[in-house]
Amino acid sequence: MSEAAAAQLQKTSLNPVHRACNAKMVDFGGWDMPVQYSGLIDEHNTVRKAVGLFDVSHMGEIEIQGPEAAALVDYVTTNSVAKLKIGQAHYSGLLYEHGGFVDDILVHKVAPDSFFICVNASNQEKDFDHIVAHNTFDAEVIYASEKYAQIAIQGPRGLETLQKLTATQLAGIKYYWFTDGEVSGTPARIARTGYTGEDGFEIYIDPSEAARIWNELLEAGAEFGIKPAGLGARNTLRLESKMALYGHEIHASINPLEADLAWIVKFDKGDFIGREALLKQKENGLTRKLVGFEMRGRGIGRDGYEVLVDGTPAGWVTSGSPAPTLNKNIGLCYLPLEFAKTGQMIQVLIRNQPVDAEVVETPFYKRSK
Amino acid sequence: MISYPEKFVYTKEHEWVHANGDIATVGITYHAQHELGDIVYVDLPKIGSTVEQGKSLGSVESVKAVSDIYSPVTGEVTEINEALSTSPEKLNEDPHGGAWLVKVKMTAPDEIKKLLSAGDYQNYIGAES
Repeated sequence: MSEAAAAQLQKTSLNPVHRACNAKMVDFGGWDMPVQYSGLIDEHNTVRKAVGLFDVSHMGEIEIQGPEAAALVDYVTTNSVAKLKIGQAHYSGLLYEHGGFVDDILVHKVAPDSFFICVNASNQEKDFDHIVAHNTFDAEVIYASEKYAQIAIQGPRGLETLQKLTATQLAGIKYYWFTDGEVSGTPARIARTGYTGEDGFEIYIDPSEAARIWNELLEAGAEFGIKPAGLGARNTLRLESKMALYGHEIHASINPLEADLAWIVKFDKGDFIGREALLKQKENGLTRKLVGFEMRGRGIGRDGYEVLVDGTPAGWVTSGSPAPTLNKNIGLCYLPLEFAKTGQMIQVLIRNQPVDAEVVETPFYKRSK
Repeated sequence: MISYPEKFVYTKEHEWVHANGDIATVGITYHAQHELGDIVYVDLPKIGSTVEQGKSLGSVESVKAVSDIYSPVTGEVTEINEALSTSPEKLNEDPHGGAWLVKVKMTAPDEIKKLLSAGDYQNYIGAES
């Protein structure tokens, strides 16, 4: 991408760092982001085996505060906020009345009356407007994206790397919990979360400190073989772990039951946006469901490719790629419920040629604890 | 520093041609493989098939995406680089050498006179990247 084309795009505070180390930059939903540094497969394997560093500052942050903050978050999201303890985070859905996704999000409970929500970059304004439009509660919704840079330190050596820069005892933070502390002298929200299927942390810091912290993390992780990793590796890592990507597995026309995300929908918690539609869908039964597949023939079933069963159009691929850890070509696709079962043979239409694939158990990859 | 051999001519679609008599060896450039990233598949035409300048010759696929290869010449395919079907990563390692794609017996050898010299190609990708 040329400098001129890039000038039109939004940039994270780490943008000059990426350009200085010759990262390959792409337009990612209107953001000038690094897709790879040393090479996608190398970065992918580094995260699985050691530790990788990701700039995810393009992600948005929304803060919800006030006496009825919990009630508002509970009403606009699918997961149960009542079950969250202070210092805990969970994955959740932001839905329309018809049950389709506005976005998928991470909700952090900072205090009884204070929540911190991490949302997808390209959805941040939409999410904010959606929450504000439904705010009939005594709560304030704050667009906070400009206040935070976000760096993900992911992989089995992530804890040791980050530990060098903080007095917070990281081993004491459980998976999907967080704490407010300091990283190299700057205030940081330190969350044991991620989008790679590995252990790791995501830190939220002041954007003006991001370049310094990034470089210090690279130094701290040098002995473990740390490398910066781009959005390319982030995508293959999340796909192997079957984590949904907005715009692919989930969007406005897909609901969480179809996306195999029933676990984030808590019907018994009381009313929430989309509940009626999801209940109706549950009663009537699903018509389609997200499943994983492995290519059996030669080829890669990619996003948007048509899926056939016995030669008849049946569904579509939402994400597909070689899986570097597994050395297989994998993907996710929607299929009519009757075909959405392990062992089902399907064909993916690759450049007008049907190529055999098989529905398999997911996640494709699960780390050993 | 990457060298773009002077004895090759280049296309704006990032293929190179090395002509030896009426036989053209065709490959993709260092710039092309670098833009694609880790290459995982290479689809090549069958020996004996005919190819046409500017038309699809096959495709290369990286972890991220599929990309067409456009034939820089018109003629009949006389050889394909079989090694690439089992070791597509060679295209990342040696794009201007051992990882050539096909050899074509040209039926219109004058076509390559319209293609870019090494210097013009480097100016072109310099302007593009």
